[in-house]
Amino acid sequence: MAKAKSNTLKLKFDSARNYAPAPESKSAAKINARYDLFINGKFEKPASKKYFATINPATEEKLSEVADANAADVDKAVKAARNAYGKTWKKMPGKERAKYIYRIARMIQERAREFSVIETLDGGKPIRESRDFDVPTAANHFFYYAGWADKLEYAFPNRNAQPLGVAGQIIPWNFPLLMAAWKIAPALATGNTVVLKPAENTPLTALKLADIFQEAELPPGVVNIITGAGATGAAIVNHAGVDKIAFTGSTDVGKIIQKAIAGTGKKATLELGGKAANIIFEDAAIDQAVEGVVNGIFFNQGHVCCAGSRLYVQESVYKEVVRKLKDRLETMIVGDPLDKNTDIGAINSKEQLAIINKYLKIGQAEGAEMYQSSAAIPSKGFFCRPTIFTNVAQSNRIAQEEIFGPVLTIQSFRTDDEVIEKANNTPYGLSAGVWTDKGSKIFNLTTKLRAGVVWANTFNQFDPTSPFGGYKESGYGREGGLHGLYGYVRF
Amino acid sequence: MSRLEILKTYKIYIGGKFPRTESGRFYTAKNSNGEALANVCLSSRKDFRDAEVAARAAFGDWSSRAAFNRGQILYRIAEMLEGRKAQFMDEVIKQGSSKAAAEAEVALSVDRLIYYAGWCDKFQQLFSAVNPVASSHFNFSVPEPTGVVSIIAPQSTSLIGLVSVIAPVIAGGNTCVVLGSFEKPLCAVTFAEVLNSSDVPGGVVNILTGDPSELAVYFADHMDVNAMVYCEKNAGTQKLIKEKSALNMKRVVIYSDTNWLSEDAQSPYLIQNTQEIKTTWHPVENIGGAKAGY
Repeated sequence: MAKAKSNTLKLKFDSARNYAPAPESKSAAKINARYDLFINGKFEKPASKKYFATINPATEEKLSEVADANAADVDKAVKAARNAYGKTWKKMPGKERAKYIYRIARMIQERAREFSVIETLDGGKPIRESRDFDVPTAANHFFYYAGWADKLEYAFPNRNAQPLGVAGQIIPWNFPLLMAAWKIAPALATGNTVVLKPAENTPLTALKLADIFQEAELPPGVVNIITGAGATGAAIVNHAGVDKIAFTGSTDVGKIIQKAIAGTGKKATLELGGKAANIIFEDAAIDQAVEGVVNGIFFNQGHVCCAGSRLYVQESVYKEVVRKLKDRLETMIVGDPLDKNTDIGAINSKEQLAIINKYLKIGQAEGAEMYQSSAAIPSKGFFCRPTIFTNVAQSNRIAQEEIFGPVLTIQSFRTDDEVIEKANNTPYGLSAGVWTDKGSKIFNLTTKLRAGVVWANTFNQFDPTSPFGGYKESGYGREGGLHGLYGYVRF
Repeated sequence: MSRLEILKTYKIYIGGKFPRTESGRFYTAKNSNGEALANVCLSSRKDFRDAEVAARAAFGDWSSRAAFNRGQILYRIAEMLEGRKAQFMDEVIKQGSSKAAAEAEVALSVDRLIYYAGWCDKFQQLFSAVNPVASSHFNFSVPEPTGVVSIIAPQSTSLIGLVSVIAPVIAGGNTCVVLGSFEKPLCAVTFAEVLNSSDVPGGVVNILTGDPSELAVYFADHMDVNAMVYCEKNAGTQKLIKEKSALNMKRVVIYSDTNWLSEDAQSPYLIQNTQEIKTTWHPVENIGGAKAGY
């Protein structure tokens, strides 16, 4: 009798498989030494007179300095947006608004290479990701919502949708340009005007976007881009002239925002943290699942709110999955984000690296076993090897709290009910993943997982037509698709 | 010899049972002339928490029932209410309405239940989407109930407001804890009796009577409640509810300008207000980029 053959081949990536460096040229990126605030269609010096540096996290070199907007600057930007709303944007026919948004989409496509390089320099993400994901998806988002501008009566049957007014939008550092697109495109399509604050660590692509708004002849004040840190964001949230807050960031800050706007009548869309379960059943295509897990947690260095950071593996395949995952980790290239071979780029900031390292210590102190790849990492810049924790308990902090780095916890399970309960045992509910070959099992799981996005036999997929957003403490409101229009209209 | 009337004991409704408030407290509901109508439970924070536990326990079963089944059960509530119209009219009149107004309110309450019974298996198709993503994936978005909803019912009416806020919440598969009108509490308790004889599983709707100014904060700050509905113009309470709801990112729905006696006060969009949108992705096989040739 033929012996059942188990798949025990080990991936071997020896020195013979070293990749030659393939760096993208920085020449595509034109970065000014200093950026002012983009208010009412022009770059203006900040009333604060202050600037702060933005650095390349892969080299710790200064790239540029940007204005630190204070409350007076925010007030100016909100007034410009209010003025543009009343005088031009609200009155403009939808089909004309659409043309401006289409223009913006096209111009991002034309300058895609420049945007990709700057995104990678400023944020540390691999050029492969900014080139193939962030920038094209941002352009597509504008293109998609442009088309809604003159079709809104079909989106809300039997209702008369009206814009809200001025939207204050505060975005994170993990997908700087893409988050700007997610925020600005639906706001403009529905007739709102915008004051947008990019994250203080990654302001450059949003400021480049301001160039495009000028080039596209977008009426002055329709979009204003102001830079700064938490205090600037708070000034936007608390400004009486803002009708809507759209925020992507941590759950802690989301709660502060909801409290701050209580009683003001401001609407909010909040895209907050996550701690997604990624579940592998024994009948899954294991190799594909392992690839999906790698994409789920190591995409963008794990700086992804919907990252699949909690892996649940059915007991019978647990050993096989962990072994294959460890093998796969060894093949991952950590280093220069501009190198086209790089899988894991730089951690976005020194502060974030400290947070990740803190959790690595916590995990070990809690009794979990840590495994890191042996990848070489550059001596300068902020880097973290891909990391997995086994022997993890459900109550461990590394399995409960959002780490926002390339750190995966692995637990085993036996039954469907057990894993559903474990997966849902979190205050978050942004995303989840399921790997199985059985269709009925997929639908059982996808219905029972309390999360806004469920990926079955795939992970970390995004599209302008696909609504994204959380259950529970991962926030409320959706971005993307028809459902993404709701946050920007009243009836 | 004239017959002595049997007075009803107005109790609260938790998990399909009719307990008195655990606090032992009561208040006297009065008509507009100040005459006592009944002693009513002055529910406590603990009553709310007990009701929430019942609502959470009922959520799994109720939310996974077939939409068709939920529709039949809402229809059944309307049937039971229709049969007890006289009793409700009597209570509405006692609480200050004219006979004509009472008749209209009770009839509209029945009709509103029928309206939402019909939506139970239809709103999903209105708010769902198959999303044409560019990659080779099948991708769809569907509404799902948000979970346990705490509701402070409209205070100015005894029945129609209560029915108008409960129906869209349970039609969408949520379970709820509802505080009835403080001034006009009688119909809230009697409506619980209707629910109890309508195949609505215990815990799906839990009804308390008591003081909103005391209980609103607990309705808003409970960590295992997913959404809250509030229907008064009171700006201070609205602010309090939004602040406390931030503790666990509760969804807050405020209907302060709604005239519940109007036809405009009903819509599938009220169902949507306590729904979440879930998006599911699955790859579509795409071997060698082959195009369909048929």
